[in-house]
Amino acid sequence: MSSVRVLVGTRKGAFVLTSDGKRKDWQVSGPFFAGWEIYHMKGSEADPDRIYVSQTSGWFGQLIQRSDDGGKTWHQPGLPSEAIPPPGPPQALPNRFAYDTAAKPLTTHQWYDGTQHPWEFKRVWHIEPSLADPDTVYAGVEDAALFRSSDGGENWQELSGLRGHGTGPQWQPGAGGMGLHTIILDATNPQRIYIAISAAGAFRTDDGGATWKPINKGLVSNFMPNPTAEVGHCVHHVAMHRARPDVLFMQKHWDVMRSDDAGENWREVSGNLPTDFGFAIDVHAHEPETLYVVPIKSDSEHFPLDGKLRVYRSRTGGEEWEPLAKGLPEKDCYVNVLRDAMAVDRLDECGIYFGTTGGQVYASADSGDSWTPIVRDLPAVLSVEVQTLN
Amino acid sequence: MSEGASISQVRVALPYHLRNLARIEGDVLVEVAPPVTLRAVLDALEAGYPVLRGTIRDYATGDRRAFLRFFACEEDWSLASPDAELPEAVAAGKEPLLIIGAIAGG
Repeated sequence: MSSVRVLVGTRKGAFVLTSDGKRKDWQVSGPFFAGWEIYHMKGSEADPDRIYVSQTSGWFGQLIQRSDDGGKTWHQPGLPSEAIPPPGPPQALPNRFAYDTAAKPLTTHQWYDGTQHPWEFKRVWHIEPSLADPDTVYAGVEDAALFRSSDGGENWQELSGLRGHGTGPQWQPGAGGMGLHTIILDATNPQRIYIAISAAGAFRTDDGGATWKPINKGLVSNFMPNPTAEVGHCVHHVAMHRARPDVLFMQKHWDVMRSDDAGENWREVSGNLPTDFGFAIDVHAHEPETLYVVPIKSDSEHFPLDGKLRVYRSRTGGEEWEPLAKGLPEKDCYVNVLRDAMAVDRLDECGIYFGTTGGQVYASADSGDSWTPIVRDLPAVLSVEVQTLN
Repeated sequence: MSEGASISQVRVALPYHLRNLARIEGDVLVEVAPPVTLRAVLDALEAGYPVLRGTIRDYATGDRRAFLRFFACEEDWSLASPDAELPEAVAAGKEPLLIIGAIAGG
């Protein structure tokens, strides 16, 4: 029988939630890496036992962890975890994210006060394993850049064409920092990758990461001096259904957007949403026109409208939205759902999952018609991913 | 190394999360050839425990990470030159080099 494994990154550790295909009874494992911020964890589709983790801390910096047994045990790729390593310098540097300044010198980017600020590595925001090779994995980092490892996370190389695009001085940090938070791989074209940065916007490569193009035409961001500038937009998240790689959906800092031409042009599809501010967005596994968002009151008040936690679903690719509330708190709920904290499984009846900053993880086994909490009292949830296991 | 100079066994006290990371309990002993400086001790620590690279000193600059402090013999060595020699008591293994994380932050 199929099963699901939900990977939950929180402010104080990682959790793995597992259930069979009925998704009624759950086993909770964790916390792994207790006390550390787990910005993101994701499994490889090429080998579901391979899971990568971004483990980060303001005190101790950035670590990469990996499991080769589906989350039972973890190690830093390529490093001995105990004393007496082999002689010589370590061949693996899994935690070293060094900008490739030889290829592209470091420039500056905008700072919160409008001045220019030097590029500095802080943490890995998002990990995206290759769809075809368990040892190839991408990392989106803060300050915004894209890295790739081809040896299972043991060593990382910057794809510097993105940072060296030339528009860098116009990029600016979002409230949480200038992070590259979205990486979308095209299953039909290994040379194409979409990424998104807060707050630079969305970019696309069609040559495997050597060169990049801003894809922000149609976005309007009134906080910028030029609201329709080529870059500088605060894109919160982008989602794509793998059967339609030219169709993208975006939750922006205000506005839900859609592109039907690989990001060349965007149009607003907020429609009848009660508010179009939010962070997470995702697409039904089997219905490419069915979308999910979690409307948040505003950029000043990051919680649901009127204390009611609701997911909104569109079955028309945007514009027409319906509230999904069954099983979700209908009062006194002031949590947020962060950009990487929503995911879908691929069971026949698609399951939807999301985690909140209040520590709850909710699951729906019926495409969002009803919800139940898997867990209620985790630390603030930063990310949710789900693996469908056969 | 001068003729007759001996290797020092330096005790290092790590914060909780780094002890967990390196899978050690209590203080860790590292062997350091003279001069026993902060840099030499940290180099030896990271050589013996590669998992700690980048967690005490920034990978890019080699500087002490901002939320960590170094103490030795009840004095704050955080702002001292990394090439200054640590107190004799530390070099002799009688006192530990303390690596402490900032308490604030929740």
